[in-house]
Amino acid sequence: MSDMHQHSIRFVRETMLPQAAPPVAERGIVKWMRENLFSNLANSILTLLALLAVYYLAVETLPWMLNGIWDAPSIRACREILDGNVGGCFAVLTDRWNQLLFGFKYPSEEYWRPSLAFLLLFAAAAPVMFFKYLPGKLLIFTAIYPFLAYWLIWGGPFLAPVVALLGFVAGYVVWNRFVTSSFAAGFFGAIAAAAVTWWLGGVIVDAVAPENSLLPSVPSRDMGGFMLNMILGVVCVSLSIPFGIALALGRQSSMPIIKWICVIFIEFVRGVPLITLLFVANVVLAYFLPPGATFDLIIRVIIMITAFASAYIAEVIRGGLAALPRGQYEAADSLGLDYPQAMRLIILPQALKISIPGIVNVAVGLFKDTTLVSVISMFDLVGMIRGPILASTDWNGVYWELFGFAALLFFVVCYGISQYSQWLERELTTDHR
Amino acid sequence: MNKSVFLGAVTVAGLAAGAAAAATIDDVKARGKLNCGVTTGLVGFAAPDANGEWNGFDVAVCRAVAAAVLGDPTAVEFVPTTGKTRFTALASGEIDMLARNTTWTFSRDVDLKFEFTGINYYDGQGFMVPKGLGVSSAKELDGATVCIQTGTTTELNLADFFRKNNISYEPVPIETNAEAQQQYLAGACDAYTTDASGLAATRATFETPADHVILPEIISKEPLGPLVRHGDSEWGDVVRWTLNALIAAEELGVTSANIDEMAAGTNSPEVNRLLGTEGTLGEMLGVDKDWAVRAIKAGGNYGEIFARNIGEETPIGLARGLNAQWTDGGLLYAPPFR
Repeated sequence: MSDMHQHSIRFVRETMLPQAAPPVAERGIVKWMRENLFSNLANSILTLLALLAVYYLAVETLPWMLNGIWDAPSIRACREILDGNVGGCFAVLTDRWNQLLFGFKYPSEEYWRPSLAFLLLFAAAAPVMFFKYLPGKLLIFTAIYPFLAYWLIWGGPFLAPVVALLGFVAGYVVWNRFVTSSFAAGFFGAIAAAAVTWWLGGVIVDAVAPENSLLPSVPSRDMGGFMLNMILGVVCVSLSIPFGIALALGRQSSMPIIKWICVIFIEFVRGVPLITLLFVANVVLAYFLPPGATFDLIIRVIIMITAFASAYIAEVIRGGLAALPRGQYEAADSLGLDYPQAMRLIILPQALKISIPGIVNVAVGLFKDTTLVSVISMFDLVGMIRGPILASTDWNGVYWELFGFAALLFFVVCYGISQYSQWLERELTTDHR
Repeated sequence: MNKSVFLGAVTVAGLAAGAAAAATIDDVKARGKLNCGVTTGLVGFAAPDANGEWNGFDVAVCRAVAAAVLGDPTAVEFVPTTGKTRFTALASGEIDMLARNTTWTFSRDVDLKFEFTGINYYDGQGFMVPKGLGVSSAKELDGATVCIQTGTTTELNLADFFRKNNISYEPVPIETNAEAQQQYLAGACDAYTTDASGLAATRATFETPADHVILPEIISKEPLGPLVRHGDSEWGDVVRWTLNALIAAEELGVTSANIDEMAAGTNSPEVNRLLGTEGTLGEMLGVDKDWAVRAIKAGGNYGEIFARNIGEETPIGLARGLNAQWTDGGLLYAPPFR
């Protein structure tokens, strides 16, 4: 038997084979490429075409970027240095760096002020953005920040922003005292208290303002560059969210006057192009004001952009409110909560969470729309490029480098906003998907 | 804060409304600054440099007026205006004068109620073609494609010119000058047409300017000059005669180099009257007798301003052409200072 066995089976393995590496085609980069890039004929062709496109792009742009000239006084000097070779003239960025960031009229010895305000912006935004991880007390700095930033950027008497802050504090104190008895008493009492404080404070500030304030005052007309885009973007986004919430709630209100005011405002503002509103702010208002009077242009523009963005955000939030099941409203009612409590504790936290992508969408769009102010002769980043820099004898003819730089700055900010919003969405998920 | 600013603005507005009737020259003197409207940027004519100082051919007019009225060529608040906002800014009183390469036309003068106070640059619409096209006259452009900015008078002028000469063309509409440069260089059109000064400035930015020629035909009249509001002739006179003083200074040989010497007194009675050593021209104008000396010192006479900002020595390289003195065959002809 064993003999037969020996003859019928020629080889018996007595040990286990050592583990061999997978075949070359089934491991590492090759496998990944086979699966993802060359899985079938059509994919392979597309991959090759894409590679070709990437190659041509690199061949066209890389020499341009790597050969770039970073130090030259004018475009002609750039061309002399390049001597017919391909290369970007990035010297315009180094030459006009401060103008691109701060505009051409902001006094150069004061550049540290907006820079500091920009850095503090992160400190002020952090407690709001990462509210779960930072102590709530930091919010006090967030509340002070707008006034501090105003004082840093515009300068002037220190008391002016202090008085503005005191107005809000007075309003808040009155609100706190009366809101328990009646919402309306608290609301209108707060407005009255703030107005009285501002009026009294305005008189006092005018009376005691020293001739030379600690920070020299810089008029609005001198603001420019990316700083202006940041100011408009940050102020308008942060103002338009509360206004948008109020408008969205007002639109759902059962009180007809409030409801119709909100509906008309939203529909009117959404039906008009932003650029029209900006022209109204700049040109048409000048006809209504008496000759010689100039009502700060930045404030006019902020009002218009905020109105525009609030209308859009109101519609986004209305979508969020509509998406909540009716049961949530009924649950709030059955708990005996009144309207502000129900909204604050139950409805809005859920509705706002749903609305985050929409709100971020509006915020990013709004931030980019701030470049439209260049058509009403304000020198934001794009206005600086299209106006003074391209019109200088030195740099006329440099397009790609300048607009590429502007695109880069905007991309960094917008991509940052978008990444934050995705993180926030993940952070706030409570469902079990 | 915004509220208090707003209330303050309203108060100031009320006060200003009462004072609006006062003459512009008194306002300027009281303010200590001249509010001068300029473009947001036009090569050679007005643009801030790397230090934020405004420079250019139009800017020089503002500085001369400020020097004449206020004694300080830097006492100017430059208010940048776009083509769309410039007239409102002037009409609403936001600016005292507008020096923004604005063409003097009937309707702007009469219907918009402005007063043009002279002409500081005689411009006209021209054509630029690549040298390789082998064209030496616009009349040889039969069948050519022409890049043209839409919605401007240049579009209408072009149609008129080609119809008058009974030749055909194909327009390539473009939106801005920057786009035009790219399109033209990319060969999307055979010829580019806009104001001759703009063509020269555009050509100066090309890598090889010598490969492009500006054809000799000028097909429209574009007299550019500073303007003020209707109804304040005294102020209009100040701006008009400051410009005339710059032009007359060149004619009379007064330059920023020799003006101190000449202001001490010369044999020429007209120079003496202009520079205030004889007569009372300054007092008549509502300024002091040295007004023209200061205006000329601010940036030199007309010829010096031209040469420094847009002349043949600059990258823009404009020839004087029509903007030469009448004695040299140009159109500049300042009325006598008498």
